[in-house]
Amino acid sequence: MGRYVARRLLQMIPVFVGSTFLLFFMVYALGDPVAAMFGDRAPDPATAAQIRRDLYLDQPLWKQYVHYMGQIFQGNFGTAFNGQSVTELMASAFPVTLRLTIVAVVIEMVVGIVLGVFSGLRRGRSIDTGVLLASLVVVSIPTFVSGYLLQFVFGVRWGWAAPSVAPEAPLNELLLPGLVLALVSLAYVTRLTRTSIAENTRADYVRTAIAKGLPRRRVISRHLLRNSLIPVVTFIGTDIGALMGGAIVTERIFNIHGVGYQLYQGILRQNSPTVVGFVTILVLVFLTANLLVDLLYAVLDPRIRYA
Amino acid sequence: MRRPGCAKWGAGALAVALVATACGGGSAGRSGVVSSSWGDPQNPLEPANTNEVQGGKVLDMLFRGLKRYDPKTGAAVNVLADRIETKDSQHYTVTLKPGWTFSNGEKVTAKSFVDAWNYGAQLRNKQKNAAFFQYIDGFDRVHPASGAATATTLSGLAVKDERTFTVALNQKFSSWPDTLGYTAFMPLPQAFFKDHAAWVDKPVGNGPYLVDSYDKGSVLRMRKWAKYPGADPARNGGVDLRVYTDNNTAYTDLQAGNLDLVDDVPAAQLTHVKQDLGGRYLNQPAGIIQTLTFPMYDKRWSRPGSDKVRRGLSMAIDRAQITQEIFQRTRTPATDWTSPVLGKAGGYQAGLCGAACVFDPARARQLIKEGGGLPGGRMTLTYNADTGSHKDWIDAICNSINRTLRDDRACVGAPVGTFADFRNKIAARTLTGPFRAGWQMDYPLIQNFLQPLYYSNGSANDGKFSNPHFDTLVNQANAATDSGAAVAKFQDAERILAQQMPSIPLWYQNGSGGYSERISNVSLNAFGVPVYNQIKVN
Repeated sequence: MGRYVARRLLQMIPVFVGSTFLLFFMVYALGDPVAAMFGDRAPDPATAAQIRRDLYLDQPLWKQYVHYMGQIFQGNFGTAFNGQSVTELMASAFPVTLRLTIVAVVIEMVVGIVLGVFSGLRRGRSIDTGVLLASLVVVSIPTFVSGYLLQFVFGVRWGWAAPSVAPEAPLNELLLPGLVLALVSLAYVTRLTRTSIAENTRADYVRTAIAKGLPRRRVISRHLLRNSLIPVVTFIGTDIGALMGGAIVTERIFNIHGVGYQLYQGILRQNSPTVVGFVTILVLVFLTANLLVDLLYAVLDPRIRYA
Repeated sequence: MRRPGCAKWGAGALAVALVATACGGGSAGRSGVVSSSWGDPQNPLEPANTNEVQGGKVLDMLFRGLKRYDPKTGAAVNVLADRIETKDSQHYTVTLKPGWTFSNGEKVTAKSFVDAWNYGAQLRNKQKNAAFFQYIDGFDRVHPASGAATATTLSGLAVKDERTFTVALNQKFSSWPDTLGYTAFMPLPQAFFKDHAAWVDKPVGNGPYLVDSYDKGSVLRMRKWAKYPGADPARNGGVDLRVYTDNNTAYTDLQAGNLDLVDDVPAAQLTHVKQDLGGRYLNQPAGIIQTLTFPMYDKRWSRPGSDKVRRGLSMAIDRAQITQEIFQRTRTPATDWTSPVLGKAGGYQAGLCGAACVFDPARARQLIKEGGGLPGGRMTLTYNADTGSHKDWIDAICNSINRTLRDDRACVGAPVGTFADFRNKIAARTLTGPFRAGWQMDYPLIQNFLQPLYYSNGSANDGKFSNPHFDTLVNQANAATDSGAAVAKFQDAERILAQQMPSIPLWYQNGSGGYSERISNVSLNAFGVPVYNQIKVN
């Protein structure tokens, strides 16, 4: 187990280096960002040259990359064009997005699994058909539609929630955006759970458990659910990374100043330190979430062993 | 069917959760404070480094300079300046009014200005507005076009005593005092130089507001400065500027009563904004003009006779219809190269462009034919696709041109992914067809609409238009000591543009805004920015 984890952690190093380089290269390929800083006025060449020199933009790409990586290993992710350090931006953005992601994942897990279990156990009945239909509808509505719609209905028409989130992004204000963010995944979780449950209700060990005379509640929670949740856990684990990175649309609609907001600004202003730094951290989050999912397998299914 | 029961359960749970948070948004909490939408400023909030409107509106609340542009008329009026005197339009003596201090108690003196301007001009401080000091003597040594600086202070600036300093310019520039309302020319306290990082985190100025807290990228809270010595103190308790990435969200927040003021009504909401807000919708001219600039560096667009093609294209554009259908009258068809906010005395003259700016397909077709047709039979209109939804109106212009020329492929829009890339392509002169250009004035002077854009090697002369006659007239206008005579000369120069048409004036852009029932006395200034200090909270 320990060796397995160590190997997985070591594998992250090449992924980290490779992804930073690819990102760096892609942002670089967008072109010189300095011209845009001067608006519709042609930049005065001396000032532009000085800015390029200070941002290391006058060097060839490989030198810029080496310089950037050198900084990263000293814990310095560079400076955004507005003078703030990227670490400072991360410190303000990641907690917000993390809170949003947690809200979304909790909604997705609780609602998704409950609905999935209910419809899985009542396969073919009206509740099952209803949930399937509803999930189909939810999956086919893009986030920016459901986002604006729920924002308008809950925020303006009914006045139940503020349409935008305060700068401090307290958990209670994140409920509505969290729901919007969770909707699509929620439908997937429901369907995955349902299929898995429906399949396993006919498994031998469930029949054995019922034959032993165990109460129905215990059969479902201990035997059926535990085994059926394996694919769901995989999905949720990988979804955490996707939710954190994919919150751009939701964060924009609800004016949440998290990772998506910083990435959007970074891309718009071609600010390579911001984009590369944030996406690199997201890559690491993704990898760690995957590792945790793999480890959770062993907990859920005692047959799985890691050497 | 049992399905709705389940759905109701889900909605019910959500409803309970949301009701519990209903009053959590809480912007209306602090009494007397106006909350307003804002965009994250691109640069640190230093006066000489702020060249866009989002940072500019903050500096306008935090600072007062020698002059200020009257919120109603746009005229430059003295604020800190007692008088600015000159005999030859080149050497100026500035005398300050007594009694002004920064909000930290430090006196505003001649040194506050001279130090700030020297800082702004110095190359190593890489201030984006450095070019605004280029008319002051010694600029080329402090800020050489290439190589290292050989001086750290502008030789043209000299402090005489606490309230007097002199400025020597390197050329005659009669309207120079009127440029001093621009943010780059604001005074700075010594704290700016002593602890720069701390100052940028919480700027200290001499305006009607002071910074309460600044949470970068999300909210800037300003409060009324009770001891403000000026004649235009804040009439509200303060202003909270909240950063929005999506102006639709800001508008929704306004509708929900979560925000008091939006200073940019998104295009998608224009069709119903009057129903939503009634009289609380503002839509009035701002000092912004949109044009299509021709690449005059390209021989195919500057060969003899091509002026007819350029004028013909201008006549092929149905401005009235596009401003009506696409912009819902938030733009006004342009008939000169300035802006209505200048006023007649300031140099705006409706109809100066003449017939060349009036839609006339038959005449347009004829002119383009006489001029030898479009280079290569077709043209592209280049624009940046990342902001401002330019695609809609570019396509509309192309349609208008194509209909006029009866050729479906005469004109096509050519999007460029990002604004930076668009600017790079312009700077590298790789564009072979007209491209979109927007000009937001720095100060309400006709000079600012003409010299940077069309003077040979002007700082924003993207099409590289060069006309000796135009340059001479601008020089004469700058040397004229009488402002009426100067304006007349500038308008003579503008008439050359009407003949040569190096850029097609499209429309004057309006500033827009909407506000809640909580506030009143909201107006926009000549720049299209709300006059925050006059807003009253009901």
